Amino acid sequence: MSKLVITSIGPASSVQDGGRPGSQRYGLVPSGAMDRLALAAANTLVGNSPFTASIEIGPFGAVFTARGGAVRIALSGASRNADIAGRPVAIDTSATLADGETLTLGFARSGSFSYLALEGGIAGEPDFGSLAVNARAGLGSPYPRPLQSGDELQTAPASAAPERRIELPATADGPIRVVWGPQDDEFADDAKKLFVDSEWKISATSDRMGYRLEGPVIKHLHGHNIVSDGTVNGSLQVPGNGQPIVLMPDRGTSGGYPKIATVISADFGRFAQTPAGRAFRFKAVNMAEAQAAARQFAELLRSLPDRLRSIESFDLNIDALQDANVAGHAVNAIDASTWQVASADVSGPD
Amino acid sequence: MAATLSPPRLLPSGDSAITVEFSRYIDDAANRRVLALDRAMAGAPIDGVTETVPTYRSLLVHYDPVRASFEALGEQIMALAKLPIPATTKARRWRIPVVYGGEHGVDLEDVAKTLKTTPDDIVARHAAGDYRVAMIGFTPGWSYLSGLSDSLQMPRRQNPRLLTPAGTVSIGGVQTGVQCLAGPSGWHLLGQTAVRTYQLHRDPTFLLEPGDHVTFAPVDAKTFAEQDRAAAAGEIVAELMTS
Repeated sequence: MSKLVITSIGPASSVQDGGRPGSQRYGLVPSGAMDRLALAAANTLVGNSPFTASIEIGPFGAVFTARGGAVRIALSGASRNADIAGRPVAIDTSATLADGETLTLGFARSGSFSYLALEGGIAGEPDFGSLAVNARAGLGSPYPRPLQSGDELQTAPASAAPERRIELPATADGPIRVVWGPQDDEFADDAKKLFVDSEWKISATSDRMGYRLEGPVIKHLHGHNIVSDGTVNGSLQVPGNGQPIVLMPDRGTSGGYPKIATVISADFGRFAQTPAGRAFRFKAVNMAEAQAAARQFAELLRSLPDRLRSIESFDLNIDALQDANVAGHAVNAIDASTWQVASADVSGPD
Repeated sequence: MAATLSPPRLLPSGDSAITVEFSRYIDDAANRRVLALDRAMAGAPIDGVTETVPTYRSLLVHYDPVRASFEALGEQIMALAKLPIPATTKARRWRIPVVYGGEHGVDLEDVAKTLKTTPDDIVARHAAGDYRVAMIGFTPGWSYLSGLSDSLQMPRRQNPRLLTPAGTVSIGGVQTGVQCLAGPSGWHLLGQTAVRTYQLHRDPTFLLEPGDHVTFAPVDAKTFAEQDRAAAAGEIVAELMTS
């Protein structure tokens, strides 16, 4: 058995998968990846089923070393500098650490969370069918808490499969779409208008339970206490100070603040990736548009295996090369053994 | 008659969940309708529905928007919500041991002072209640019970505590509750039970169901300590009176 040993890792990094839905009626929230598309893309690259447990890595850097054998990995989600023993690793590609080699990840450059999938998944004991960490409930395996340096993740030895990259559609950068409700009638029309007309920023005090927003004060019509009712990922609850909190995968299953709107499911991962401090806007859409977007998103997830490309092919992923460049390596210095392409071929997609 | 039941409001909770709201308030009749709709949906599963979450006043219905639309699912839910509530089926009744006061219920004395009576009287009133699990939420196993005596109702604390012990039995507003895990709470802490309403690798993992009846039985600290050891080893400790 190979393993990945964590030499150093920042906060907000944990093992996450598709989560454990089905027990919210008992107060157990599903948890699971903040950005399901990125989780699925990373897993698809290494031949895992899309919601296999992977390492969700927060905005800070991390260092891993392969022990006991080679480990095939893939990185998706927030882009960041990455190299294996000095060989750059592009986002949305697979790569292999030989036994003893070290993978070094820098700070997230775009987005907040990257997903490091391991070929064969992470060995652990699932609870309710999931390895996802929910620290409050004491759930998660192999460690029921965020990852720390010294932790070891057991995985399968790397296969002889060729390395891949995955072609994902460009991430939209428009406003985050919401549908009104369930308690938008607790707010006057001018408060709702202020909500969609204003710029918002995510506070640095946010976490996997909730993202606190900074912006104008959203006033309630009848005060901020309602009788608790059920929550979903993306519930936009407005507490007494008028600064909304968007509920994230480790949320409480019920909450007692009015919820003015809900982030649509297709935009939830993109919202979760919004870095703290960056200005963004919300846009209200109707249910038909939200559900059409949800169907499109499901189709995108389903299409991931068809989006795999061999790295040997000449239609290079220019974004990946730019990432490699930003990583401090000239394009023509990319290790041919990693990329299997000569620098002369770096002219663009053909 | 069924005809007198007003229809619930269907409120969108995003594109993948519907809040079926029977009341804006804590309302026993509304909670009975929530639990009845929950049972009806469990008895006749609708394609695309993935999970239902009962609360005091509403049922949150999670669904897959690829398999069900808000409109079509809403119609099916409305049809079920209009059905008369079936005659009460025999509810389960649990007796939960509680050690009141002292280090196990640090607010008992203050509650007695505020309500101008003795701690023993508060214990007697609380233990005399016949409660129903209205909902389970917030954190695993946190059971919100309806049926608190008017004489024990008081506003929540001004300053919520950031950490309250596992097994705490507390009161807040018109409710009483049993929490399983240590965590924040703004309620008044009356006592502590060894009963784990949630325990991994035990069968059942979750002890209480929404709709179950609960009574409390005062025990002394020594009994609590014994029960706590037994519960840690996987014993249920709570007594099931009828099934």
